[in-house]
Amino acid sequence: MTAVISSRIGDLSPTEVSCRLRGRGLGIRIGPFDVCVKASVQDFDEPFRRLYREYPIVEAGQVFSCHVSLRDVWKLRPRLGRYVRFAVDGRVPHEDLPSEQALAVFEWGLNLVIALRMQCFLMLHAAVLERNGRALALPAAPGSGKTTLSAALAERGWRLLSDEFGLLRPGTTSFLPVPRPMPLKNESIGVMQAFAPGLELGPIIPKTRKGTVAHVRPPADSVLRQHELAPVRWLVFPEWRAEEVLSLQEVPSAEGFMRLVTNAFNYDMLGKAGFETVRDLVNASRCFRLSYSSLNAAVAKVTDLADKDFG
Amino acid sequence: MVEPIDGTAIARSWVLDALRDPGAVPVLPPTELDLTLRLVRRARLLGRLGWRLREAGRLETLPQVIADQLRSALAISEARSRSARWELNRLAWALEDLHGVSLVALKGVAYLLARTPNAAGRLFADVDLLVPDADLPAVEARLLERGWICKELTPYDENYYRRWTHELPPMRHVEREVEVDLHHSILMRTARLKPAPALLFEAARKVPGSRYMVLAPVDMVLHAIVHLFYGGEMDGSLRELVDIDDLLRHFAAEEPGFWEQFWPRAEALDLLRPAYYGVHFARTLLGTPVPASVIAASHAYKPAAPTLWLMERLVPEALFPQLLDAPSWRAALARLMLYVRSHWVKMPAPMLARHLACKLYLRHMAQSAT
Repeated sequence: MTAVISSRIGDLSPTEVSCRLRGRGLGIRIGPFDVCVKASVQDFDEPFRRLYREYPIVEAGQVFSCHVSLRDVWKLRPRLGRYVRFAVDGRVPHEDLPSEQALAVFEWGLNLVIALRMQCFLMLHAAVLERNGRALALPAAPGSGKTTLSAALAERGWRLLSDEFGLLRPGTTSFLPVPRPMPLKNESIGVMQAFAPGLELGPIIPKTRKGTVAHVRPPADSVLRQHELAPVRWLVFPEWRAEEVLSLQEVPSAEGFMRLVTNAFNYDMLGKAGFETVRDLVNASRCFRLSYSSLNAAVAKVTDLADKDFG
Repeated sequence: MVEPIDGTAIARSWVLDALRDPGAVPVLPPTELDLTLRLVRRARLLGRLGWRLREAGRLETLPQVIADQLRSALAISEARSRSARWELNRLAWALEDLHGVSLVALKGVAYLLARTPNAAGRLFADVDLLVPDADLPAVEARLLERGWICKELTPYDENYYRRWTHELPPMRHVEREVEVDLHHSILMRTARLKPAPALLFEAARKVPGSRYMVLAPVDMVLHAIVHLFYGGEMDGSLRELVDIDDLLRHFAAEEPGFWEQFWPRAEALDLLRPAYYGVHFARTLLGTPVPASVIAASHAYKPAAPTLWLMERLVPEALFPQLLDAPSWRAALARLMLYVRSHWVKMPAPMLARHLACKLYLRHMAQSAT
């Protein structure tokens, strides 16, 4: 490969970004994926350019991993108005959503495409961060505070690989980064703003199917280093509960295995290779259960673990 | 004749080149390759292409973004074939004491069991079984006892399936996703052509080490052809023609006397017209090698000149996946006409009129109810 300093989304003027989104599409590299984005909807271009400014541009005339598009449609139902339609390679995988939600629709749509299509990877439903060259995975069901915890850790010097996808090539135990804007929901927005007053957020989007959503811009360093894999070291299963006393308890690897498997997108799909990869992952890691109510305390505890564990 | 727009014709030729000669894939310029892969994906043939590239040892030499797409399609195809095999295993368990009942695997699962080359990288969907009409009630009852359920249908559809079609309403085991279709024939009861199921069972072959049988080679090809040309609207059914092409090439090489038996068998099964279309379009669109004597014999089974003229225009239009950003009215019209045709050949005119009227009425009622 020739050494070309690729340009980034932020190098384009807002007008150029809009022109490309409305024309042949804007190619963007996100982790191992080259995504071609077309969009001709309101309230999308500016926040998109801001949240994705560090991402490398993939010039047109390439083979892309997928082509996604957002466009306006007028509809009578459920209520007369303007809606945004997400399509991947010309197919529409879900219903149209209110046009104010365009950015969230793009983010969720891309998640859906990755989860359904990129089956050459083992995909864990996990946030992944790296410190001192080793990876921490936080596998958990939706609504368990994964995104908030990863945004907070990223704010305190951890390198963000993903807040949603623990991505591995079968037969390996190093995570591939897919850094993306992190969607905080409802109370988490206020919690994170208090935790990190300088936090850069996208627009506040109310009334989505997950409530109010605002996206945290991924740290520049995470995006610049999105080609650097991180070998697994800690599998931490987080559980947020109000009034919970902080505890970080090591659990047997068999329990880690079962918890990991229940939080995988495509463990079944990969058959034997899926089993072997999860086995190797658990064998290369220490597994913990984390219960917490204070974000500050949880971040300090996990960071302390990472800084003292030299196994 | 109206020529297809250039872009479409060129994109079609890339898709065909990719399928015929996977070696052509890596040398396509990136923009063309991007469109080709999207069309192949849309035709649900990406796994097939991935498999052929892997066999040729070329998968690892491709750029990562391309190789990853193909590996993903292969992983999906392998997972689906695993589910299909498991469903066959469970069905054999459920039906273990119905010893005398012939169970003939059809389509995808038959290709898996018979290990025909088109099974590799294929995207499997349903499990289709052919069962003698007389044994169908026993088989259905046993499956219902052992955890399979019928899809909830309107009384009209339920009656339509049971009275007129060649299969029962689709079933599924409560714990699994795979659809099981039990057939008693390969064409609707009402179709003008009457392939006798008894002939199919008579010639069916036992799969070594398995509870199942598969259709004899010529019958297997004829069934694939009937499914494509008498099944429905042919929306993006290119992969069914690819199946036919693969099977013809395979059996011509492996099965002694395959071509000699072809037309006589098609005649015995009352499937001469579909057989003509199958051979004609496999040959003209996918370049399937067919002996000159077989082609010469086929002229006797040609449809009337205007019908053939029309089919030659409609079939490629409907078969190929569409260019993604420019849905074509021409393809939509071709599909509609082929859809009407597929019904026309399956049921007598008064029945067709009543069926379409009922469907429209039910749809209207359903809409006004919401």
